[in-house]
Amino acid sequence: MKLFKARIISNNKIAPDHYVLSFKMPHAAGGVKPGQFFNIKVNDACAPLLRRPFGAHKINRNKIEILYKVVGKATEILAARKKGGKLDIIGPLGNGFTINPQTGKLANRQAIIVAGGHGVSPLIALAKKLSDYGARIAVFIGARTKNHVVCREDFKRLCAKLYVATEDGTAGYKGLITDLLTAKLKNILAHNTPTMYACGPKTMLKEIAGIAKRHRMHCQVSLEEYMACGIGTCLGCAVKTKTGYKLVCKDGPVFNAKDIVW
Amino acid sequence: MVTTQDKLQVKIGNLELKNPVILASGTCGFGSEIKDFADTGKLGGIVTKTITLTKREGNPPPRVFETTGGLLNSIGLDNDGFKNFVFEKVSGLEKLRTTVIASIAGNTVGEFVKLVTGLSGIPVVGAIELNLSCPNVIHKGTRFNLLSQDEKAVKKIISKLRGITQKTLIAKLSPNVTDIKKIARAAETAGIDAISLINTYPGLAADIHTMKPRLGGVTGGLSGPAIKPLALKCVWDVYRSVGVPIIGAGGIMTWEDAVEFMICGAAVVQVGTANFVNPKAPFEITEGIKKYMKAKKIKSVKDIVGTLKA
Repeated sequence: MKLFKARIISNNKIAPDHYVLSFKMPHAAGGVKPGQFFNIKVNDACAPLLRRPFGAHKINRNKIEILYKVVGKATEILAARKKGGKLDIIGPLGNGFTINPQTGKLANRQAIIVAGGHGVSPLIALAKKLSDYGARIAVFIGARTKNHVVCREDFKRLCAKLYVATEDGTAGYKGLITDLLTAKLKNILAHNTPTMYACGPKTMLKEIAGIAKRHRMHCQVSLEEYMACGIGTCLGCAVKTKTGYKLVCKDGPVFNAKDIVW
Repeated sequence: MVTTQDKLQVKIGNLELKNPVILASGTCGFGSEIKDFADTGKLGGIVTKTITLTKREGNPPPRVFETTGGLLNSIGLDNDGFKNFVFEKVSGLEKLRTTVIASIAGNTVGEFVKLVTGLSGIPVVGAIELNLSCPNVIHKGTRFNLLSQDEKAVKKIISKLRGITQKTLIAKLSPNVTDIKKIARAAETAGIDAISLINTYPGLAADIHTMKPRLGGVTGGLSGPAIKPLALKCVWDVYRSVGVPIIGAGGIMTWEDAVEFMICGAAVVQVGTANFVNPKAPFEITEGIKKYMKAKKIKSVKDIVGTLKA
């Protein structure tokens, strides 16, 4: 049963607009894969009407954390929810990241993670999994300002190299994360061919898909689309791929970057 | 003795439903996903995603957008076509152990004929719902946006289909007409078994920062609690104008909503948008109706239909 009521363990502000909420899974959450998501009803009322999808941010044995940014009514309501309250949840949903499509192990044990804005959310769970496999990870975080850079410390613990870029230069490199990635890639690629994983705004993902193609790197991207049901019935969250429309909720949210029509 | 089963049973055309709660087209696919959440055998029935003769890719994203109390969608009848339905979907539908109503749409009378002819030979298909009212597709051969806005087209299509099938035929109408009673009467005269109303209301939403429409298809169809009073009025109007049963839909989220539709004249109700929020909603609605009947000492669900004191 994927539909359950969960108790809120904590709901804390971690940055000006960002919160981390943890909830208790009714059964062992060991089956949750990085990249999968939960479709959550933020209250019991008819407004907001639909559930909202949130990627698994941290996966523990019976505790799941989601990281979210307050962007509208639904996330505002969620931010006001208190510890001990109950949430109506469907999940885990979607396919999640593939560690290595061929062998089940990470190719060359090298990975690059690129996070744009609150795209960091599912990538922490992924970085944890990759590091459990003994992978060497380089993480690139891009954000608007220093205040929008979240999870820096979490990544630091899990990765070998951490690069930050902000659009206004208040933290790290001044400019786009894709430019910083391109600059650093030469050096990284001189030694090996890592697998790339990315989540963030679509314009950034498109750019990254291009970079991956140029350097013949395998690249997985986690996409977002407006979604109603989250289980594949409404056909609302369509994304154009080279083999026709696919659903972000059921066929994704993680796709091979080369399959997407950007 | 009257069992609970009998109390809830309803008949439309020659089709018996074990209860009056069915899943609306486009909100439950072909039933396979809902099966993960509850026993589909307890449903009155399901109406499949609309099937067209050939595969339709659907409309460009974004395809859904939430508005106050409603859901605006522009899916565009995304489906794999009739052949795929026969070879890929029918076996799954047989496993649902519930009544299956196939929703179909054609661009021309000829396409409707081909679809109905094909479906007539499939035992699991208990009835056929003619989607004459999808707001997200364009039809040939009529100057109207929707087939169900064209009284003559409604008559022509239904008369033709009535002559070629024994299956129960249902017409799904759009509320976006000058007089829905006229369209319903045209359908009845042409030999329809039941009328399903309403399909979504045409709507639009825009992003004030980018000046772009919220939907890839620009306009879409509005569903959800926002349209419930509008739907109830349509049901009531049509109930007083035709003799065939009405299948009511439009923003039913709870059993109270369902009972309200029945009071206004719906013999059967369709749950749609609620399935997206809570896949168990139709099951909870059926239970709620049962309790309501028990509390009010109502012997048959039929006794609720059209009891509006107006």
